[in-house]
Amino acid sequence: MGRYVASRLLQAVPLLLGISVVSFAILRAVPGGPLAAYEGNPYVTDADLARLEQAFGLDQPLHVQYLSWLSRFVTGDWGYSLVSHQPVLALIGERLPNTVYLMGTVFVVTVMLSLPIGVLTAMRQYSVFDHAMTGATFAFLSTPTFWLGLLLIIVFGLQLRLLPLGGIATPGAPFDLGDRLRHLVLPVMTIALVQLGSHVRYLRASMLETLGQDYLRTARAKGLADRVVVARHALKNAALPYVTVVALDVPELFVGALVTEQIFGWPGMGRLFWDAATRSDYPVLMGVLAVSSALIVLANLAADVFYGYLDPRIRYS
Amino acid sequence: MAMERFLAHRLAVAGLLVLSVLTALALLAPLVSPYDAEKTDLLSIYESPSAVHPMGTDSLGRDLGTRILYGGRVSLTIGLLTAAVAISLGTFVGGLAGFRGRWLDGVLMRFVDMMYAFPRLFLLILFGVVFKGMTVGLIVLVLGALSWMTTSRVVRATFLSLKHRDFVEAARAIGARDRDIIVRHMLPNSIGPVVVAATLGVASAIISESTLSFLGLGVQPPTPTWGNMLKDATSEMGQAPWTAIFPGLAIFLAVVSVNFIGDGLRDAFDPRRTR
Repeated sequence: MGRYVASRLLQAVPLLLGISVVSFAILRAVPGGPLAAYEGNPYVTDADLARLEQAFGLDQPLHVQYLSWLSRFVTGDWGYSLVSHQPVLALIGERLPNTVYLMGTVFVVTVMLSLPIGVLTAMRQYSVFDHAMTGATFAFLSTPTFWLGLLLIIVFGLQLRLLPLGGIATPGAPFDLGDRLRHLVLPVMTIALVQLGSHVRYLRASMLETLGQDYLRTARAKGLADRVVVARHALKNAALPYVTVVALDVPELFVGALVTEQIFGWPGMGRLFWDAATRSDYPVLMGVLAVSSALIVLANLAADVFYGYLDPRIRYS
Repeated sequence: MAMERFLAHRLAVAGLLVLSVLTALALLAPLVSPYDAEKTDLLSIYESPSAVHPMGTDSLGRDLGTRILYGGRVSLTIGLLTAAVAISLGTFVGGLAGFRGRWLDGVLMRFVDMMYAFPRLFLLILFGVVFKGMTVGLIVLVLGALSWMTTSRVVRATFLSLKHRDFVEAARAIGARDRDIIVRHMLPNSIGPVVVAATLGVASAIISESTLSFLGLGVQPPTPTWGNMLKDATSEMGQAPWTAIFPGLAIFLAVVSVNFIGDGLRDAFDPRRTR
């Protein structure tokens, strides 16, 4: 197993390099380039622009620029924000915990809700509970994240005045767990409800398929309690496609997080990316893209490793 | 057979019905509504829903219902065209990988892995910023170029399983050219999963476009789309919640219908699958 993880990590290196090359190329293809911000400024002359270009190495060929970015990136020098002039690494270090805090909560909530709902709907196929849940998950699956967020704000924030409209905590107030949690409810609901839809549907479908298998009839025939049959034999096998979907949804989680952070004013990576994109802050954009794609690749690797635990027939070599 | 199974799926038929009504309303917008979608009326801004304005008016006094009808034209067109682009690209790449196999398969599938690892919305935002608000054609191309991967995997898998089936070997034995084998024998046999992927692609394209336009990077006002109508919703929903509710409801109705249709098609093409 250790060797497998190591080899997969090695395989991830060219993948991530590829992603960074593409990101770099796209960012450099932007008309105006990194100095576009200065071009409209009457105090910056053409000579200044040329000097800046030389100072930043922008007059070098593209592959030289990329290699120099890469060599600095691996040593931890991720450059400086063109807007706030703070180190990119520090900016990301400041925002990443907030996004991980949001996404982690969403992840735990969706898994803890989708497991029982998926299993129960499959066990009681075509019951009222099944129909209600299947209908609800389908509805949430078809709802744009941002609109769900708006609706939740309108209902719980503006009409009922139960929960705060945005932010990660009440500004200026000392740390208070209850306050933190109240700020967390709506953003988490926004992403979790949409994700819950697809997770429940996959788990239900694969549970139904597994429940019809012969070995489950055998398990029941030898007198095992229903709970044991479902928990030990059915769920473990049915969970394989579910794990894939959960892992593949990590990029979706990022998307949900960006939009949600935007709506709720959550100071996370999504907001950082958004602010950087609208201000052409290239070093920050490169940093955020690198961190996010690394997280996505790691999530997929984690899913593959988890497969081995769920299904001993899978052999890694 | 497939047709009968589809019609037996009640929700799918309902979805088809709702989507047809939405499409018809959008196409016949000038006949359905007496209002102009872009004409402002500053004496009647933020009017709540009433008999005169069934869905109320927006910040410039425009009839919200009318704008939703016209917005539907743009949003639905983008959904359909994007799916078409994504399916063509996906079928081409997946077919090439599955049919040629060997190193080309490896290279193409690693490329697909890479595309999957990209945070898609981040790329969309970059394109949106680069082009300073996109035209319909550009949105279709960019969205399409970022959403073909699932189709390519599906087509590759079916091609791999078809490649050594007897009827394909037979066609090869009588000297059929590669192109004929692909077009006559393999593509028709992979139509089921492709149609399902296409349908679900329409749903996700509608959502992507609306998200992009909501962020202000999609189709630019005054042309209404369901997404850009929600652009100012965050600041308006306190005084005029209907401006935030109705356009989203249109997106939701369209997407849920398309998803039901996709579900019905999946059952119709794959009878072994239990829902």
